[in-house]
Amino acid sequence: MSERKKITAPFADEVVKELKMGDGVLMSGVIYTARDAAHKKLVELINEGKELPFDMQGAVIYYVGPSPAPPGYAIGSAGPTTSYRMDPYAPLLIEHGMKGMIGKGQRNQAVLDAMQKYGAVYFAATGGTAALIARSIKKAEVIAYPELGAEAIRRLEVEDFPCIVANDAHGGNLFAEGPEKYKEA
Amino acid sequence: MRDFNVSDVIEPVKKLCIEANTILPEDVKKKLLDAKEKETSPVGKEVLAQIEENMEISATEKLPLCQDTGFAVLFVEAGQDVHFVGGDITDAINEGVRQGYTDGYLRKSIVDDPVVERKNTKDNTPAVIHWSIVPGDKVKITVAPKGGGSENMSTVKMMKPADGLNGIKDFVVEWVRNAGGNPCPPVVVGVGVGGTFEKVAFLAKKALLRDIGDRNPNPVFADAEKEVLERINKTGVGPMGLGGKTTALEVYFETHPCHIASMPVAINVNCHAARHQSVIL
Ligand code: SF4
Repeated sequence: MSERKKITAPFADEVVKELKMGDGVLMSGVIYTARDAAHKKLVELINEGKELPFDMQGAVIYYVGPSPAPPGYAIGSAGPTTSYRMDPYAPLLIEHGMKGMIGKGQRNQAVLDAMQKYGAVYFAATGGTAALIARSIKKAEVIAYPELGAEAIRRLEVEDFPCIVANDAHGGNLFAEGPEKYKEA
Repeated sequence: MRDFNVSDVIEPVKKLCIEANTILPEDVKKKLLDAKEKETSPVGKEVLAQIEENMEISATEKLPLCQDTGFAVLFVEAGQDVHFVGGDITDAINEGVRQGYTDGYLRKSIVDDPVVERKNTKDNTPAVIHWSIVPGDKVKITVAPKGGGSENMSTVKMMKPADGLNGIKDFVVEWVRNAGGNPCPPVVVGVGVGGTFEKVAFLAKKALLRDIGDRNPNPVFADAEKEVLERINKTGVGPMGLGGKTTALEVYFETHPCHIASMPVAINVNCHAARHQSVIL
């Protein structure tokens, strides 16, 4: 992969439209972390009409529960967790302005439908490359639910975070088309 | 009889937890590098290049390879001439795990009650410990941290004897295909066949400790390992499920005699972070 698109989070619909399945991306800017437990709380807040701990407009959520930061590090190892566990919650967040998700593994149809309907992108990061990804995280700060430990919501400042567009807002699905292309049996 | 003070396992277990999480076994590393050379999908190649870079960073900076530093799964082979003294050996092993995960900045991923409270135990204990008694007066300890992503893609099926070896092969290939990118391919696949319901799951887990290229001594199962590996790599799933020729690094079969009525099969999937380190005390 020679060409990589540089994008900055949070981002608007124009960026969403430009991103295509299979694009290599280097993401900079501000993203937020959340796993299952935090998603459950975010969805509860939306359903109760309460304020969210961060602005969802244009936001990118990274599915990660980092390891503890050793002294001198902004964060410990921080690779993606499996995304399907967030599938029950993602469509509502997309409806409320989320534009990007970073994780690993395929999504369900409800998520893909919401991505097409409201315009959002799903980026695949390489699972198990947590020390490499940690290098692109310059600052990390817990902004909600510290009691969840690794699962707390963190605000991350990232620089050139490497990921790949797995599902774009136009229906492109690398988890289906990639394997289909290389399938021999 | 050799008296063995249980406190003497604490430091070695601690070290193994940290090492296993930061250094991949040489054979796995080599296999991943070979795979990168052979991969034809550009996205797949990129993923494998990131995996390579990650191995270098974690080894030099002593950062965990993956943030999911796993359930601490231990295999302990205790010589039958060993007499543990000075306390409870299980407590001592857990103390080693506690110190390793705390001092090594490893993630604590264990919750006390699996359903309702799911409160984190904060030190990654208790470990899962598989004991075996062997001849001699040594103690061999293996720590194999197991990530949740790949563990969730594992299964047990009570197959019928009539399903035969072909049934088993098809089951494994389709299972890994359907797991897609979830278990962080390229994966290592441990297949247990035979025994009972609980024995077969243990066999599949134990299979993951084998070295790359180490075939089942029975030529029938050795061939099955090679065939299933080849077929999995033809599914096209590829690195991280994004398409490519590298879906599995190895397939290992472990078998055990079984009941006339049954043919249990277990699949334990491990990710490319196929971590394990051992020591003999
Ligand atoms: S499956 Fe393995 S490599 Fe992937 S996130 Fe889990 S522990 Fe890490």
